[in-house]
Amino acid sequence: MTNDVAIIGIGMHPFGRFEGKTAMQMGADAIRAALADARLEWRDIQFAVGGSWEVANPDAIVGLMGLTGIPFTNVFNACATSASATEACADAIRLGKYDIGIAIGMDKHPRGAFTVDPTLVGMPKWYGENGQYLTTQFFGMKANRYLHEHGISQQTLAKVAAKNYRNGGLNPNAFRRKPIPEAEILAAPVLNYPLTHYMFCAPDEGAAAVIMCRADIAHRFAAKPVYVRAVEIRTRRYGAYEVNTTYAPVQEDDAPSVYAARAAFESAGISPTDIDVAQLQDTDAGAEVIHMAEAGLCGHGDQEKLIAEGATEITGSMPVNTDGGLIANGEPIGASGMRQLHELVLQLRGTAGDRQVAGDPRTGFALLYGAPGTAGATIVTT
Amino acid sequence: MQRMIAPEISNWPERDLRLVGGACGDCGATVFPIQDLCPRCSLPAVERIELPPAGTLVAWTTQGFLPGPPYLGDETAKTFVPFGVGLVQLGEVIRVEGRLTENDPDKLAFGMEVALTTVPLGTDGDGNDVLTFAFRPL
Repeated sequence: MTNDVAIIGIGMHPFGRFEGKTAMQMGADAIRAALADARLEWRDIQFAVGGSWEVANPDAIVGLMGLTGIPFTNVFNACATSASATEACADAIRLGKYDIGIAIGMDKHPRGAFTVDPTLVGMPKWYGENGQYLTTQFFGMKANRYLHEHGISQQTLAKVAAKNYRNGGLNPNAFRRKPIPEAEILAAPVLNYPLTHYMFCAPDEGAAAVIMCRADIAHRFAAKPVYVRAVEIRTRRYGAYEVNTTYAPVQEDDAPSVYAARAAFESAGISPTDIDVAQLQDTDAGAEVIHMAEAGLCGHGDQEKLIAEGATEITGSMPVNTDGGLIANGEPIGASGMRQLHELVLQLRGTAGDRQVAGDPRTGFALLYGAPGTAGATIVTT
Repeated sequence: MQRMIAPEISNWPERDLRLVGGACGDCGATVFPIQDLCPRCSLPAVERIELPPAGTLVAWTTQGFLPGPPYLGDETAKTFVPFGVGLVQLGEVIRVEGRLTENDPDKLAFGMEVALTTVPLGTDGDGNDVLTFAFRPL
């Protein structure tokens, strides 16, 4: 197991709104929490990978932590930023270059839907002028078509959102901690049919950090190390209809989530049926439903029954987004996947408190998905 | 003066309105709008073509809130009326994302036949009335 990589420390700054606090200060808090968790000092960290959208140079965080001269690389890969940071950190250890490193994600976004210059992501200016450069619009279209094709009700979308708000209520780090009944979710203003206001996540603020080391020395720092088995990132293929696209070919291909998840399961030598707890990108309730099948956790169309039976609840057979997901936590883009990993480690350690999945979960899966059609899949095990 | 949102993406003001895309001379893939390299085979053989003017609704939703900048629409948060958005398959050639003239979910359906048209969008900085393309149910 010389080339295996273990997670020995996790830390989070709560997600939400923090007036007067910078993303970098939140990142420093997350690093300190992760160091305390691994019983390490900042000077023990040999290298770092940092991801953010709003912070131009996450590496400047060394000024808050200590100027130890470590190599620090910044990564940005939109909604898959944390997967890229996790992969870079794990691979450097796997290659034998370093023994101990840290991956950090942080962000602080203004309120409201993301709107920026479409040309920055390779889209024509008229796409924005026309009122089409809105990620929520794509998610509405994808969810609407998926519900239609696979016999899934709008009620199921409300069940997913209600479950995530409920789980958020059990999570002291969550942004939205108040349960919202299904009826209220369904009655909220429709932002992009069939998705209502309460079925969407919101951009917000937060940070998280994960310390990794060579698996053979992990016992020095952690009573129960969690191993990084696979991280795979994929972009869209010709034929996929993805967020921020003016057109799609007639001939369809699967979404990048399908390819990233499949590659991760192959790389880890694990089957989707082996997964005990999953964190899936739920930009909206429809995305959680769709990602269950795209990740291979169930068949297309099986979600209606599974969700009605409570399979994706913390107490169910296929717990999904036990910490409330993006719907309850919001999306500070650079930190979102690191939050997923933080939750999976808590679950696999058996220390997730009120939201602990029963039965000693041993395998965890995390999926990120976002513009412009990029997905990241991560598998961890005990 | 009236002008089309982006002159290069349609043949406006010709009477028989068509969107303008590109077709790869090598593999036949169609793109909208036109781009230099083919997204399927990566070869630089993309030629300008006019796309079919009608098709079927493959996916749709509504835009329920006022888009932020760089949206050109004249509406305010108070006057904004949700508009429909769809992915429309034009013949067997391509699927194009565009606005729909219908915004009522009860009147939109998968597989519905739609045709290309123009709708007023707003006024630009020079005082021109800007039109955009949209699809209307047949």
